[in-house]
Amino acid sequence: MRAIRLYLHYISIVIRSTMEYKASFLLTAMGQFLVSFNIFLGIYFLFARFSEVKGYSYSEVLLCFAIMLMEFSLAECFARGFDAFAGIVREGQFDRILVRPQSPILQILGSKFELSRIGRMLQAVVMFVYGIYHSNILWTWDKVLTVISMLFGGTLLFASIFLIYAALCFFTLDGLEFMNVLTDGAREYGKYPIDVYGSRIMKICTYIVPYTLVQYYPLQYLLGRTDNPIYALYPFGTIVFALISFCVWRFGISHYQSAGS
Amino acid sequence: MITMEHVCKSYRVAKRNAGMKEACKALFHRQVESIHALSDVSFTIGDGEMVGYIGPNRAGKSSTIKILSGILTPDSGSCYVDGRIPWKNRIEHVRQIGVVFGQRSQLWWDVPVIDSFALLKDIYSISTPQYEHNLEELTDLLHLQELLKTPTRQLSLGQRMRCEIAASLLHQPNILFLDEPTIGLDAVSKLAVRDFILRLNQEHKTTVILTTHDMQDIEALTQRVILIGKGRVLLDGTLADMRKKVSLYKSDSNIREGNINDLSLDEIIACLYRQMHIA
Repeated sequence: MRAIRLYLHYISIVIRSTMEYKASFLLTAMGQFLVSFNIFLGIYFLFARFSEVKGYSYSEVLLCFAIMLMEFSLAECFARGFDAFAGIVREGQFDRILVRPQSPILQILGSKFELSRIGRMLQAVVMFVYGIYHSNILWTWDKVLTVISMLFGGTLLFASIFLIYAALCFFTLDGLEFMNVLTDGAREYGKYPIDVYGSRIMKICTYIVPYTLVQYYPLQYLLGRTDNPIYALYPFGTIVFALISFCVWRFGISHYQSAGS
Repeated sequence: MITMEHVCKSYRVAKRNAGMKEACKALFHRQVESIHALSDVSFTIGDGEMVGYIGPNRAGKSSTIKILSGILTPDSGSCYVDGRIPWKNRIEHVRQIGVVFGQRSQLWWDVPVIDSFALLKDIYSISTPQYEHNLEELTDLLHLQELLKTPTRQLSLGQRMRCEIAASLLHQPNILFLDEPTIGLDAVSKLAVRDFILRLNQEHKTTVILTTHDMQDIEALTQRVILIGKGRVLLDGTLADMRKKVSLYKSDSNIREGNINDLSLDEIIACLYRQMHIA
């Protein structure tokens, strides 16, 4: 409880800082919106030519992409501090974090809160509403819960990837661009249900980085392709992935060498 | 009470020569080199003592401070601060210490100083009456009245340093680590900072460990000096001891017979560094 209060206090300071630069904030938020809008146009033109992709209709793909985009925006909004962690380590800010009597994870989460991701979020919500409007899903409460569980699992998954990314900075002292394949890449390719890419990719996205748990499987239930409600609970499997990434983080911290004088 | 016994710490750093070609080579074959930042450092500092910790760049000053404040884990040796092992009971430990890194700010850049202080109140879980009492006292002693409502980025370096010091003391630590607190300050700010540290030590019996390259800081503040070079403690004593040590090496061409007492502190330190081959 105290941790949550402290976190909110952090966030209020970060937001007040952001508001010092209003123009920058507005332009970034607009940029975020436009970039995602671009991707939406891509899907739109694709479906203007082809009526379906591997059995998924236009509105179904839109729903899938909208949910993925929301998960990603939420993770980026809250866990952006880990994404920027290379800078925190290199400039020696992590020393300061370690001399404060709070958990480093809480302090890093609190160090950044990307309000500008609201642009991307807005785009996702618009697509989501559009997808719902055109799909013929009957919105019973279990379907609503499926969406919520997807949002939870996906946000946790992306945040965990950010955490691993941060942990690797302890060894490299620099960001690893290839990790972006797992975040930005997943956001791009995640717009289509993963089975579209074939079984090999499916396996990688299940056993290595479990994207399918928050995308393909619950989506099957959401779209009424299966009646097995267990699929709706698959996103909670990402908790295991989060625990693993936490262990990687702990291992990273124990190798911290600090930077310069 | 702080004790360090036989503490060693080494870093592994990648080594490469200058130039594009070498940089490309280093991509494939990295030479890793071990740097011994501290080799066998031992000392004891009592409660309420004020100690200057000096030495040339790369001597191991920052590494020592980082070990004492729980940031780094030493390779070997033992270290106790008031009975705690800093890196093992980190959270408990850092509640009792204050750290000022002269070159790095701990205040939030874009918000008024008082907002940063309020967040620190929550970070350290300081009770409201205690926070108000400490804030009032610090504001008074460091003359912060005008500064509290200003965003950090608009403060001058000297003003900022006063706020930094206050930020490190809001939770009333028993031990204060100051890593180059007067770096880059003008004369007035320097004197204000020194004056404050002296009063803090006298009135609250706070233990102060000060690293600096400014010998006037040392002269004004500390009785005891620990000189470190190449990761070893070379001298632990008073300023007078240091003068004496220099006079033993009269062969140094920079010292002419008889004028040792006229030498400024900086010259004495420079002589010592040269004589001990740590410059």
